[in-house]
Amino acid sequence: MSSYPTTWRRPPQIIPDRRLRIAVQIAALVYLVLAVGSVEVNWMRVSEGLERGQRFVMGFLQPDFTSRWGDISQGLIESLTMTLTSTVVGVLISIPIGIGASRNIVPRPVYLFCRAVIAISRSLQELIVAIFLVAMFGFGPFAGFLTLSFATIGFIGKLLADEIEEVDETQVEAIRSTGASWFQMLNYAVQPQIMPRLIGLSLYRLDINFRESAVIGIVGAGGIGATLNTAIDRYEYDSAGAILLIIIAIVMVAEYSSSYLRKFLQ
Amino acid sequence: MLKLNGLSKTYKTGDTALSDVSLDVQKGQLIGLIGPSGAGKSTLIRCINRLVEPSSGEVWLGDVDLVKLSRSELRHQRRRIGMIFQEYALVERLTVMENVLSGRLGYVSFWRSWLRRYEPRDIQRAYELLDRVGLLQHADKRADALSGGQRQRVGIARALMQDPDLLLVDEPTASLDPKTSRQIMRLLTEICAERDLPAIVNIHDVPLAQAFMQRIVGLRAGRVVFDGAPDGLSEAVLTEIYGAEDWNPVGNDDDADDTPVVVPKVAEVLA
Repeated sequence: MSSYPTTWRRPPQIIPDRRLRIAVQIAALVYLVLAVGSVEVNWMRVSEGLERGQRFVMGFLQPDFTSRWGDISQGLIESLTMTLTSTVVGVLISIPIGIGASRNIVPRPVYLFCRAVIAISRSLQELIVAIFLVAMFGFGPFAGFLTLSFATIGFIGKLLADEIEEVDETQVEAIRSTGASWFQMLNYAVQPQIMPRLIGLSLYRLDINFRESAVIGIVGAGGIGATLNTAIDRYEYDSAGAILLIIIAIVMVAEYSSSYLRKFLQ
Repeated sequence: MLKLNGLSKTYKTGDTALSDVSLDVQKGQLIGLIGPSGAGKSTLIRCINRLVEPSSGEVWLGDVDLVKLSRSELRHQRRRIGMIFQEYALVERLTVMENVLSGRLGYVSFWRSWLRRYEPRDIQRAYELLDRVGLLQHADKRADALSGGQRQRVGIARALMQDPDLLLVDEPTASLDPKTSRQIMRLLTEICAERDLPAIVNIHDVPLAQAFMQRIVGLRAGRVVFDGAPDGLSEAVLTEIYGAEDWNPVGNDDDADDTPVVVPKVAEVLA
């Protein structure tokens, strides 16, 4: 009874060897110090930029909604149109692709093909796609619409496929054992299990697409981003501030309403 | 009615789940399939409707060998085999009615099932079956709003909705309390008797199997080691199926409570 030890320490989990552990910690610290030392900072430029940044912040504090309201409202309408249409089109295309990318319900060649489509869509960042599509289709919201639809396919397709691969197999088995066809199995056993998640993901993608529409506008794909870019180029920081405030407000509204909706759907 | 001939299953991992199982099931006969975990009970049941593809052997349902069928012919034949599952396997987000009607999926077109426009005959039958299992007033509830026993009743109604010639029942009571288990088993036996329906019931509760089954098949390591009447399950036979253990039910309270078949034996042993 009394011979049992009275102290206990949690054994190291990742690197059991004490000397190696200390060596790794020191090496990481040394690299960090050297890396920070190698960053070149031009203090002249920083002080100049700080001044410009200050004007930007001042513009934020005194946002000017009125003098460029025509441009702003047009940009907003373009962005919102782009967001909604690209989300709807993107989700519609990604549903068959997501189903095809689910290992448990399709043959292997279909699975590999659909996973490849998703991988391509996900590996290309929105900005790069936007630059490419603007070069192809010219400036304006059409390029933005295509960019966001393309990005939505990768996002929804992957998450939907992962969700389908996680469905309760016994429910699928039960429906298959009644003699149901593949489409009936999809409709009766898979769809009820993934529907809440699909709706949640679509709403989430809707607000991502709105934020992205502001970013890709900067490279010429139309929408509020283009208006923002113009305002900054003209040094109209008060209008730029107004645009940023509007974007923040819309994203917050989208955030709260979509989380409310998701809760409601559970 | 159902005839298994030399049925074997070896999984890709190299595990042999079934070897050379032959079985003859008569119309209206209730067969209890017992055996330790991993003996191949679930595999055997799933090989019959080919949810698991058998490696070799024949499965004759009437005059059709299910093993040789193409995909679409198999779908057609699956309608004749109703299946009831351990964890009920209801589609939780669908209503009770949809779950029962899904038993008709093999008979109706995709569009009809998608729009939930079943024939009046089918709907009437679904209500009739729900009434039979005592759930008529729950038809419009979602399946996940029901208790375990109620869900299993819906599972039974779904299987019967197929108008089956055979029932495959996989551990129907494993997730239920003893009282509900007995109620479900009683309902199953009554329903099979009403329709002269044969059933293979995979069950690990030996006293429950003895109380409700007409014939017991014992599986061990994928082989049939016992096939006979429930009262033939002696201590020696149980040891043959499950391995050595003290089969005296003393100290095993929940079994002793609801097993009139075994209790007299205790008295003998004690005397």
